[in-house]
Amino acid sequence: MARFRFGPMRWTKPMRWIKVAIWLAALLPLLILVDRIFLFGRFSGGGFVDDPVELIQHWTGTGALVILFVTLSITPLRRLSGYNKLTTLRRPIGLFAFFYATLHVLSYFVFDHRLNFGAILQDVAEHNWVLVGFAAWVLLIPMAVTSTSGWIRRMGGKKWTRLHRSIYAVAVLGVLHFLWQVKLETSEPLIYGAILLVIFAVRFLTRKKKLSRPA
Amino acid sequence: MYSSARKTIIEPMYFKKAPDLTGADITDEKLFMNRRAFIAKASAAGVGGALVAGGVFARNDRDMRVVSDEVLSGLDDDLTPWETVTGYNNFYEFGTGKEDPARNAQGFKTDNWEVKVDGEVEEERTWNLEELIDGFEVEERIYRHRCVEGWSMVVPWNGFPLKSLIERLKPTTQANYVEFTTLLDNRRMPGQLSPVLPWPYVEGLRMDEALNPLTLMVTGVYGKTLPPQNGAPIRLIVPWKYGFKGGKSIVRIRFTKRQPRTTWNEAIPREYGFYANVNPEVNHPRWSQATERRLGEFFRRETLMFNGYEEEVGSMYADMDLRKYY
Repeated sequence: MARFRFGPMRWTKPMRWIKVAIWLAALLPLLILVDRIFLFGRFSGGGFVDDPVELIQHWTGTGALVILFVTLSITPLRRLSGYNKLTTLRRPIGLFAFFYATLHVLSYFVFDHRLNFGAILQDVAEHNWVLVGFAAWVLLIPMAVTSTSGWIRRMGGKKWTRLHRSIYAVAVLGVLHFLWQVKLETSEPLIYGAILLVIFAVRFLTRKKKLSRPA
Repeated sequence: MYSSARKTIIEPMYFKKAPDLTGADITDEKLFMNRRAFIAKASAAGVGGALVAGGVFARNDRDMRVVSDEVLSGLDDDLTPWETVTGYNNFYEFGTGKEDPARNAQGFKTDNWEVKVDGEVEEERTWNLEELIDGFEVEERIYRHRCVEGWSMVVPWNGFPLKSLIERLKPTTQANYVEFTTLLDNRRMPGQLSPVLPWPYVEGLRMDEALNPLTLMVTGVYGKTLPPQNGAPIRLIVPWKYGFKGGKSIVRIRFTKRQPRTTWNEAIPREYGFYANVNPEVNHPRWSQATERRLGEFFRRETLMFNGYEEEVGSMYADMDLRKYY
């Protein structure tokens, strides 16, 4: 193990490894899903999949939520730890949340509606839980597009930050989408809701004080 | 008429009217062999064997019997595999997850099962299960099974018409409805420790629905004793209604003058009605019922009116507003 000396230069190398680890960790759920559906769980275990589409949708949906929660945790972790470099992890992790959310939405477009966009729009309009889920995904799109440093420069930090605050809304809508979808057993979505509340609380408690913000 | 060198079928002799089974699509030899191999595999895995031992009455050599794969409404209607039929269940008494019942119902004992019969009936009494079903010929019926959640299966049930049982029980002329109660015992059914539904589970039918020849009391599936996760030792199957109408592990049959309260209707009245007929035109408040996903398939298919049994049951609802009586 490398010994960390805390300073800007020393962080470069560990950060690269952390990024590799993030890629591996973020792609793992997808590999497990492929294994369970196409290789009968040879590597990841789990039995015969009775309803592959349900598994795909549940897995990609909860995957997107979990990764979104990780994204939201980075800033409070940075403030608590003082490791400012953590900020550079927000973009890849946030993009992975978008990646899983997109797989989730695509599986819905393709398997549930065979890309019949009239039927999709009708479904979105008629059912609140579909609407909030769809809205969450739509809100993710501009954030994903503007996630590059080029866009931060072009937009200016203030405007960019304001746009990217919609991640709070996305997280709330995502949990609502999950909660309103279940038939009766609400414990799983409520656990997601509770975790989100904790993340929001920690973010609030570790917020920057206005006065100490550099001019 | 079904026999030919290439084609094999177990003749559905028990179908007087053969609502679904037509001679048009007969399983060919290859499918037959596959199914046979598949069933053999399932028994070898011990899934069936263990259940037979724990069951009320062991089924006979029909274990290896091959059911006809033939199609109910089109060429795509294959039987749902045994693993799915017995591994993907909504039976909240054993947990709310689809795979919970198969896990938590193992070891569920159905010995000395009794069924109390009361209400509007000539003689109120408790029956021993063997005595209750003694003499009824067990038939094999391949039915579509449509869950209100939007998935479906095709299942070869073994059972006898509820009509025969009702004739044996002799309800009075006051009996307009019949109610089925599931066992209440949270030591044997750990899911009942959670107040997710008002226990015990109660379902009911109008008398004409109960007497319809399609309505089946089920004691087996795939030619084997009904596994506990599917509602052993005896359950109800009403193929033109959403699956939740089919009460499982029945311990009480009560004939009533008035419409009984039913569990899902009590839990969420806006979403689950007493009738719960499969109807692609009447949507669940939170999702469309126009399509369904046959388990194992990727794309959804159209849901059929009364689950494809309109010809057999439609007349019972001819003058009813099915949007109101959902």
